[in-house]
Amino acid sequence: MKRPRAAYDDVVIAVPVTVPYVRHSIRGAHWFLARALAELLKVSGLGKHQIDGLCVSSFTLAPDTAVGLTQHLGVTLRWLDHIPMGGACGIVALRRAARAVQNGDAQAVACIAGDTNHTDSFRLNLATFSQFARDAVYPYGSGGANASFAFLTAHYMRSYGAKPEDFGKLCVAQRDNALQFPHALMKKPLTLEEYLTARPIADPLRLFDCVMPCAGADAFLVLSRADAEELGLPYARILSTIERHNAFPDDPIQYRGGWALDRDELYAHAGIGPQDVDVLATYDDYPVISLMQMEDLGFCEKGQAPDFVRRHSFGVGGSFPVNTSGGQLSVGQAGAAGGFLGLVEIVRQLTGQALGGAVAGARTGLASGFGMINYDRGLCSGAALLAARGGPS
Amino acid sequence: MTRPLVRPPRKNPILRTRVPTLPPGGRSRVALGLTAGAARGRFELQVCRDCGAVQYPPREACLACLSSRLDWREQDGAGELLSETLLRHSNELFYRERMPWRLGLVRLDCGPVVVAHLHGDCEPAPSRVRVRAALDHAGQAALTAIPEKDTPNMADDRQLREMTCDPRFRKVLITDAKTPLGQALAAALAAAGADIVWAGYAEPWKKAPGFELLASIPQVSLLPLDLTDSRAVKDAAGEIGGRVDILINTADHHRNTGIAARNGVETARAEMDVNYFGLLRLAQEFAPAMRARGADGQSSAVAWVNLLSIFALSNFPPHGTYSASKAAALSLAQCLRAELSGAGVRVINVFPGPIDDEWNQLLPPPKIAPARLAGDIVEALRGGAEDIFPGDIAQEWLERWRDNPKALERELAAAR
Amino acid sequence: MSDPVLAQLVAGLAAGRIRIVDLTQTLSPDFPQIVLPPEMGQAWPFRIEEASRYDDRGPGWYWNNFSCSEHTGTHFDAPIHWISGRHLPDNSTDTIPGAHFIAPACVLDCSRQAAADADFLLTVDFLRRWERQNGRIPRGAWILMRTDWSKRTDPVEYQNLDETGQHTPGPDPDAVRFLVDERQVLGFGSEAIGTDAGQAFHLRPPYPCHYYMHGSGRYGLQCLTNLDLLPATGAVVIAAPLKIKQGSGSPLRVIALVPQPAPSPARKKNASKRRTVSAKKKRR
Repeated sequence: MKRPRAAYDDVVIAVPVTVPYVRHSIRGAHWFLARALAELLKVSGLGKHQIDGLCVSSFTLAPDTAVGLTQHLGVTLRWLDHIPMGGACGIVALRRAARAVQNGDAQAVACIAGDTNHTDSFRLNLATFSQFARDAVYPYGSGGANASFAFLTAHYMRSYGAKPEDFGKLCVAQRDNALQFPHALMKKPLTLEEYLTARPIADPLRLFDCVMPCAGADAFLVLSRADAEELGLPYARILSTIERHNAFPDDPIQYRGGWALDRDELYAHAGIGPQDVDVLATYDDYPVISLMQMEDLGFCEKGQAPDFVRRHSFGVGGSFPVNTSGGQLSVGQAGAAGGFLGLVEIVRQLTGQALGGAVAGARTGLASGFGMINYDRGLCSGAALLAARGGPS
Repeated sequence: MTRPLVRPPRKNPILRTRVPTLPPGGRSRVALGLTAGAARGRFELQVCRDCGAVQYPPREACLACLSSRLDWREQDGAGELLSETLLRHSNELFYRERMPWRLGLVRLDCGPVVVAHLHGDCEPAPSRVRVRAALDHAGQAALTAIPEKDTPNMADDRQLREMTCDPRFRKVLITDAKTPLGQALAAALAAAGADIVWAGYAEPWKKAPGFELLASIPQVSLLPLDLTDSRAVKDAAGEIGGRVDILINTADHHRNTGIAARNGVETARAEMDVNYFGLLRLAQEFAPAMRARGADGQSSAVAWVNLLSIFALSNFPPHGTYSASKAAALSLAQCLRAELSGAGVRVINVFPGPIDDEWNQLLPPPKIAPARLAGDIVEALRGGAEDIFPGDIAQEWLERWRDNPKALERELAAAR
Repeated sequence: MSDPVLAQLVAGLAAGRIRIVDLTQTLSPDFPQIVLPPEMGQAWPFRIEEASRYDDRGPGWYWNNFSCSEHTGTHFDAPIHWISGRHLPDNSTDTIPGAHFIAPACVLDCSRQAAADADFLLTVDFLRRWERQNGRIPRGAWILMRTDWSKRTDPVEYQNLDETGQHTPGPDPDAVRFLVDERQVLGFGSEAIGTDAGQAFHLRPPYPCHYYMHGSGRYGLQCLTNLDLLPATGAVVIAAPLKIKQGSGSPLRVIALVPQPAPSPARKKNASKRRTVSAKKKRR
């Protein structure tokens, strides 16, 4: 008999931190993760000894995992987790840390994700990404996820009539959002014309459909509501979360993600519906996945996202704010930090700490995660519904 | 529609020769099962013995029932093209040098979804295709989706050609063109479109019937070459080595004695000197230039073919010392394969059963005719395999050897 | 008082009164090797493999290893080589008396006949005609059959094979018996690949030169060259095979010492007189 899932009533997420992104860095991942932890301590006022839980995500930390980092950073912990789930790592870290705090296994969990980017980091990372990728994808030349997402995008366009202009509209809107975000690496405006005529990468994908790998880190704290209030920290409440891995394995090609399996539970748990979401953060490694998340998270029917995109505007003042800091497509993908970027931005929007444009009166936010193209599809999916301190319960 | 291949223009001698690069060649051990099939020209996938599910990518346990009893079985490759892309950018040097590159996602009728190279004549998705496994330049199995039905000039597809060693517009050396097989090969390669066929011959005072006629084929150039003479091999390499695209080592000293039937080592030494040391001399003198020319334009150096024998796998005692010399050559050919792998030059080992010639006179049929064997070798060059077993005897002995090598050893011993 | 005979030899060589003629073909992989039916044991051709050449295999030196048959290139046949000589005493290269390594040579010019007929057979008649011109063949001499076959530098022409086998000149059975029984020669030397004619298989007995020479403890020399530089008589041949234990023969260096006639002191005086006379004559 399936047990009911517990609510997150007394656990909150606070202290959104970003270590500024740079295109290339000679430093190791340890440097960026250390800066993230240091910033968490500085903003929260906690001492390092008061952090008793740590969640780490990084692609370039090797040969270390989270364990090595404990000695490297000089932290003594009673709870430790390493989340190698790429774009889903923020959601998953939140889920793990929240339960630990809720059950008393830890009191203050620092969740950090970060990566360095040497000039050959990207290529080396890809070459050892997964066994299936090495055996069945890289020999064919794409040297990354571009070909896989080109397949998905072409299939999606053929199946549902999505046009390049639809993806372009979202990219242009995200660029507009990014122009106000201080950490965004893309600083020039993007027009639809530029998007449509940009250098082809893998048909139908063009340059602005792809993220720019960079170095950086993002982080947040998970702690009890009582502790957050005692420390005087702005926080967001956790209404509900979902997580799924290797959903729909029999789909011949990916056109939906695990959210489609779990979204009803996501909203039921939270006691709200998609219409109540004020701001959305999709995991946007490619625009087609953002459209898939809009469908699978219930904002429109499957196959209707092109129409949805045509009908909405996505800026902070728009009809449907999405990726309000610019998303990875305009901010940059600092490795695993890409899995934290959306969640951190939702926390900023819900706590009134937006670094760029703010969504007025945002009380409920949805952060979505997706990642790990092990072979031909993203295996991990997740989402978290958060509420502002005084927002819906 | 694939444009037929045209003769490439003459190479500009002041330009630097492009150094060979390779597609990614790392594979897990279980994925090498695909390579083992492709090496023999077969597309094989794992099939679960317990539930029948077909697996891809290769793995250690059945994706449906977790059984570890997975057997590699040949597949027909029929499937549906779900989606495609034209790659315009790659971090991999090999592909960077060959942009754009067409890729497809195919759902095989037998179940799995595969990423594959996509032949230029395949209709846009959705469409029916056939998937084939061949060895790419890295010597690993790679899948290519070809049209459901053959199209004109299909083999000339730019991407498909990267998996083959097509002799058209290439220059070929046949080390011993005096034998019936050597002569048949020279004619077959000329017919297959080779630009030059150097016909090697030793001991010019020993005339072989039919050999003189070879010179009347316009592409054929007679070349003195004695594989037992190191200096002669060096001289031949000095003369033509920089132009050889395909080397076919047909030199074969074959007598029919075991150990007891012949006193002294003289016969066995002659077999070793041609069959094993001849290969070694050839490889030392000709391989370096071929290695450097593995990416030298459309008519690059591309293949090294060794005429071995099915006797190399398991000793045939009536021809015992000959078998041993072919086994030695097989081992050395594996060494050569490793040394040429970085250049993308394929070493093709041919293991025929007994050829229908004078030294196999006493063996009962089926024996493989030289002309038929020559055709099989040309087909191997056009295909994507590297271990060829032409003829009924070779096919059967291979099957017996793979099934139970010890049993084959006993069966061949009983043949005395 | 030491015997001056060797001093005279040394002085003669230094003064150019004795010329050395090299009767040996260069040992190289290109030199043809005798052809036997494939099912028989074969004689190895000359092959040479570098061991080092001032390189990482040996920085300061160059040397090779070589392989060949005892009967490769210019070579010596010992009596043990043939079935008819297998039981004779002192019949292998290591037991042949050293005194047999230096001997006078009689050179029989068959070059015209061999040019006209590759299967030319040397007969007793030919020998008798030669003796009428050059004197009796001395006991213990080498009989060298000059055919100019060594001038055939193309290996195919040197072998001269067709569907019926090899076609090279040699002695007929009676000539061999004559040389052995009537003249007690030391041995028979040929420019071709065998002492016997190429078609000698069909003579009776087959290969009479091998059969009779070796059968009576005599020797053979093959693949000689430069016989056209030797006088019919007067040359002394040095042919010493390698001292191989139980050897049937070996490649070797064969050299001939050939006397060069020198002007005598008397003739010198007359020569100057003659010059004067002719000068006088010219002035007239």
